[in-house]
Amino acid sequence: MPIIDVQNLGKVYPVAVKEPGMKGTLQHFFRRTYRNIEAVKQVSFSIEPGEIVGFLGPNGAGKTTTLKMLTGLIHPSTGSVDISGHRPFSRQPKFLQQITLVMGQKQQLIWDLPALDSLRINAAVYSIGASDFRQRVGELAEMLSIQDQLKQPVRKLSLGERMKAEMLAALLHRPQVLFLDEPTLGLDVNAQTAVRKFLQEYNVRYGATILLTSHYMADITALCDRVLVIHQGSLIYDGRLEALLEQFAPYREVAVEFDSGQTIEQDKLRTYGNLQKLEGCKATFLVPTDHLTHMVSSLLNTLKIQDLSIAEPPIEDVIAKVFETGRT
Amino acid sequence: MKLARYARVLKLFWQVSIAAELEYRINFIVAVVSSLGGLAGSLFGLFLFYRTDYSFPGWSWSEALLVLGIFTILQGVSATFLSPNLNKIVGYVQEGTLDFVLLKPISSQFWLSTHTVSPWGLPDLVFGSIIVLYAGGQIGLEALDYLALFPPLALGIASLYSLWFILGATSIWFVKIYNVTEVLRSLLEAGRFPIEGYPAIYRIFFTFIVPVAFLTTVPAQTMIGRSNPIWLLGSALLAAVLFQASKWFWGFALRFYTSASS
Repeated sequence: MPIIDVQNLGKVYPVAVKEPGMKGTLQHFFRRTYRNIEAVKQVSFSIEPGEIVGFLGPNGAGKTTTLKMLTGLIHPSTGSVDISGHRPFSRQPKFLQQITLVMGQKQQLIWDLPALDSLRINAAVYSIGASDFRQRVGELAEMLSIQDQLKQPVRKLSLGERMKAEMLAALLHRPQVLFLDEPTLGLDVNAQTAVRKFLQEYNVRYGATILLTSHYMADITALCDRVLVIHQGSLIYDGRLEALLEQFAPYREVAVEFDSGQTIEQDKLRTYGNLQKLEGCKATFLVPTDHLTHMVSSLLNTLKIQDLSIAEPPIEDVIAKVFETGRT
Repeated sequence: MKLARYARVLKLFWQVSIAAELEYRINFIVAVVSSLGGLAGSLFGLFLFYRTDYSFPGWSWSEALLVLGIFTILQGVSATFLSPNLNKIVGYVQEGTLDFVLLKPISSQFWLSTHTVSPWGLPDLVFGSIIVLYAGGQIGLEALDYLALFPPLALGIASLYSLWFILGATSIWFVKIYNVTEVLRSLLEAGRFPIEGYPAIYRIFFTFIVPVAFLTTVPAQTMIGRSNPIWLLGSALLAAVLFQASKWFWGFALRFYTSASS
């Protein structure tokens, strides 16, 4: 049975529109015009317990709005959400005990005090006993390797350490469903990797379900087998990440380095495939996946090759392409 | 069980917020100076009234002083408990950190209303009490009379809190509304003097629209034994109605919460 079940979810916002300039400002003040923005339209999906699902989409696609409806922060305009038997917007304590929301841009820790003080408040709010509290903080701090920083004022922590501490605060009550909105935003590569590893470990250890958005494709490839792609409020893809890549990038990048002894004519090279770049003895081609074997063997047969490599196109490019066309 | 949990949370809120405030030690001196300055100003104002034989109808100098003392205590209470919390609601809405509050399995109104306590209202509480004791001594009040202050004062504070919270809750719609709570504050200044000192139309306004009369005048009257029980009853009724209204209004406002984008 799915732990998250979303049916025909939609959200319409009235947004005031204002023309630029003084005239527009006056008009805006006296006679405000509103336009209804459909931030989310007819979104349906379900997620099984223990899954890690990536939620992709360009800025303004409706990812955050969807997450806020799933966590019960805003009221859906249409459709229904069911999270392990609860309707999020009623915000029943039983429901809130089971979920968490981590937002990369917002922080709940008290700025001037050590994270441990904020954690103690959270423990009281979630009715976590003293011994449980010590044990959980110890365990999570070890997984996140921030044991030493919990007693320093939050304002003295680095961005990465702060994010880890936020994560600890959000997970103290051991939620079963994690909603993460850009959890690695602004972190350096090391901190990103650490957060990713932590999430993986948390998922395995507690069997938690995770739905995350991220602009860093590395987060998605490292964590998620399955992705949801949302574009202009509509869900346009729901399935395995590899299948998405295959569908949108059925080609490979072939880089070749020739022996310097031979003359290389551009026109001749073009017959092998879509030539992208030629610099001295180095050339790069884009080749459809099903032509790959044929193309490489004919290259090897007719020219003297020093080095040859085949690479998948960068995933960022593929995703950008998905967003551009807006459909799958 | 539930109550015990709220009490535990409240204790931690206060412990933690006092710790946070004490990070900035110089603030305490500022608070003492500003409290003394404000008090000197009010005393001087009151003195000007009574210097030339004028008096508020039915209020002797010492009795008016009692009202001023209660007003100062009230100011201390609001600086300690009310304003550090209720003036911040707009910030929560603006920055979207209200999200975190709403996601906690605890009443969000409780969280927003109690999560900080500021030690900087302490000077007002102390000086206000001194004035009340001094004025009471001159009038010749007894221990029981002082105790009689607490029920009407507590009810007045409850009404004030509820009104303030309702105003703070409107920031769900009008995000940049810092000033609404400031308006309330300036109206409260009227509580400095006995309500009988104002023209009739103002008296009606400060009794039925913004219940300033219930904040200082009624408690003072109760202390000197001049209050009709009907006023105390009215005070209780007002507090109960306003508090319920604040709870209902908050629930209503949250339906319109859209949460600051991402």
